[in-house]
Amino acid sequence: MSQQLAIYVPRETSAASLGAERVAAAVADLAAQSDGGLRLIRNGSWGACWLEPLLEISDGNQRIAYANVGADEVAGIIDAHRNGTSHARKLGPTVEIPYLIQQDRWTFHRCGLIEALSLEDYQRHGGWAGLEKAFEIGSAATVEQVKISGLRGRGGAGFPAGIKWQTVADASADQKYVACNADEGDSGTFSDRMLMEGDPYTLIEGMAIAGFAVGASLGMIYLRSEYPLARQILAAALANARESGWLGDNIRGSGFSFDIELHIGGGSYVCGEETAMLESLEGKQGLVRFKPPLPALEGLFGKPTVVNNVVTLGSVANILRLGGDRYAALGVDRSKGTLAFQLGGNIKRGGLVEKAFGVTLRELIEDWGGGTATGRPIKAVQIGGPLGPYFPAAKLDTPLEYEKFAAAGGMIGHGGIVVFDDTVDMAEQARFAMEFCALESCGKCTPCRIGSVRGVELIDKIRAGTDRDRNLQVLDELCDTMIHGSLCAMGGMTPFPVRSAVQCFPQDFESAGESKS
Amino acid sequence: MLVQILRDLLDTYGFISDGMMRLLADELNLSRADVHGVVSFYHDFRRTPPGAHVIKICQAEACQAMGSRALTDHARKVLGIEMHGTTAGDGITLEPAYCLGNCACSPAVMVNDEVHGRVDHAMLDQLISKCAGSQS
Repeated sequence: MSQQLAIYVPRETSAASLGAERVAAAVADLAAQSDGGLRLIRNGSWGACWLEPLLEISDGNQRIAYANVGADEVAGIIDAHRNGTSHARKLGPTVEIPYLIQQDRWTFHRCGLIEALSLEDYQRHGGWAGLEKAFEIGSAATVEQVKISGLRGRGGAGFPAGIKWQTVADASADQKYVACNADEGDSGTFSDRMLMEGDPYTLIEGMAIAGFAVGASLGMIYLRSEYPLARQILAAALANARESGWLGDNIRGSGFSFDIELHIGGGSYVCGEETAMLESLEGKQGLVRFKPPLPALEGLFGKPTVVNNVVTLGSVANILRLGGDRYAALGVDRSKGTLAFQLGGNIKRGGLVEKAFGVTLRELIEDWGGGTATGRPIKAVQIGGPLGPYFPAAKLDTPLEYEKFAAAGGMIGHGGIVVFDDTVDMAEQARFAMEFCALESCGKCTPCRIGSVRGVELIDKIRAGTDRDRNLQVLDELCDTMIHGSLCAMGGMTPFPVRSAVQCFPQDFESAGESKS
Repeated sequence: MLVQILRDLLDTYGFISDGMMRLLADELNLSRADVHGVVSFYHDFRRTPPGAHVIKICQAEACQAMGSRALTDHARKVLGIEMHGTTAGDGITLEPAYCLGNCACSPAVMVNDEVHGRVDHAMLDQLISKCAGSQS
């Protein structure tokens, strides 16, 4: 009998969107006839979406990658591999793919590597060691490690996680919660999804560490409904963790009890705002709350609550396992550690790139991304989701770190980078920003609820050439009102993409009637 | 937990009926206005049954950068319906989505629970005819 081979095919949304499930089915068929010679393993994605479906063959020593594989090619690839002949789809050893090896994989170090739902695989690659370390050093020292790491909220706001945890830990209450924000609604972002699909236990472990650190016994994951595969994988992972004693009463004899509930959202963008998310978790409309009180003191059901995003909580296990100082050694200034950047939109080599802070937009877009998919020049790049400003191509050398990027008028947010080529009409994009705000505003505050509707009308008038200069001025004043008068980032930041479009691409707002006369 | 119950009802029945809302108000000791407020707040909680297949086309920025506006126009034309509409015979419902998290493989389209990436007009035609062929 020939040597046993393990065939890795990601069970992940992007890979599936390009046919990975059909590839996996083809492998499963062959495995069924192989008399034990072939084994199908469902890993997560390595994040090189442009190579998906990425099939890997392992003989136990090294994994050989085959890119953009079709289901009808599977048998031929396995034959070629066995015979030692070459194949058009062959890339070579996975560990030599430049796109992957030039990253700083901290949070995603297991993503793609392991069978996503295998507890054995998870443990073999450092899983649960962070939680065990927390048990060993105690809750106060656990908070201290997160502080030392300099980890800031990866959901967008960038608030230091350790300080938030300390606030919750210091609050006295009969019940505290850990609420994980998995409502990844920003266009151009998919790192939360990739982590949940590719390494779900790391999120569970991070939430348990947070619970232990602050004295919370219950965690909740608020997952958006647009992620059905992540829902399936998380539900399975939670059940497995419970069954093996990593969730539930007296976890592994530590005396600490913690469980996690999975909640599915209702398709509302604003529920990604932390207080709207808490309202939704309580079963209500996702109306934004006034702050203060901070959720850390009066959060879910009025109790002290740690609210962190998936990637934030997903980074914690390794911080405990390897030490906060190791994490803080990566990055620059007040932007410690790594960020999982996501390259999307009109990009040749789209995917997830985890890098230490300080990398420039140009390095990510050109070195990793390979420029636009259409091959046309870049006109604009939107960073940080639909509330992030548009950058012109001239600003691509801006380093990605919170403070410097903000000083350049940008917002790193969740690390989503969406590239547009020169065919984009920036007035249309500005209109969309307002339109999206009108559609998704929770309606609680007037600047957001009414301002967004007025914004759409104004941009329509400007594009039609009606009183252009005056309406541009009114639009600018409206943006001011929304920025300063809105209750949350939805209304408060929608003006950013609008204003950046007007300022950086004024020619797109000149209507045919006026400008060319 | 109203939102969670509504989610379960949606997963089971595909929509939220007036009868369900009355029942929920009674059982949870809420006013019907409260229940209506929550149902109407969330985009997912549709009040009428969807078609046998739901096609969602992402309308957000990453997909816009790869031609989702033209793809949506094409879908409207081929299906002969507007967004939120359903083709005759309760066949195919067309819905917008605002990010399916597949931004590296734009434009993205979700057919029922399955996401498709780098969808061009010809591929969308195929997806539509596959749906149309499997109505029962």
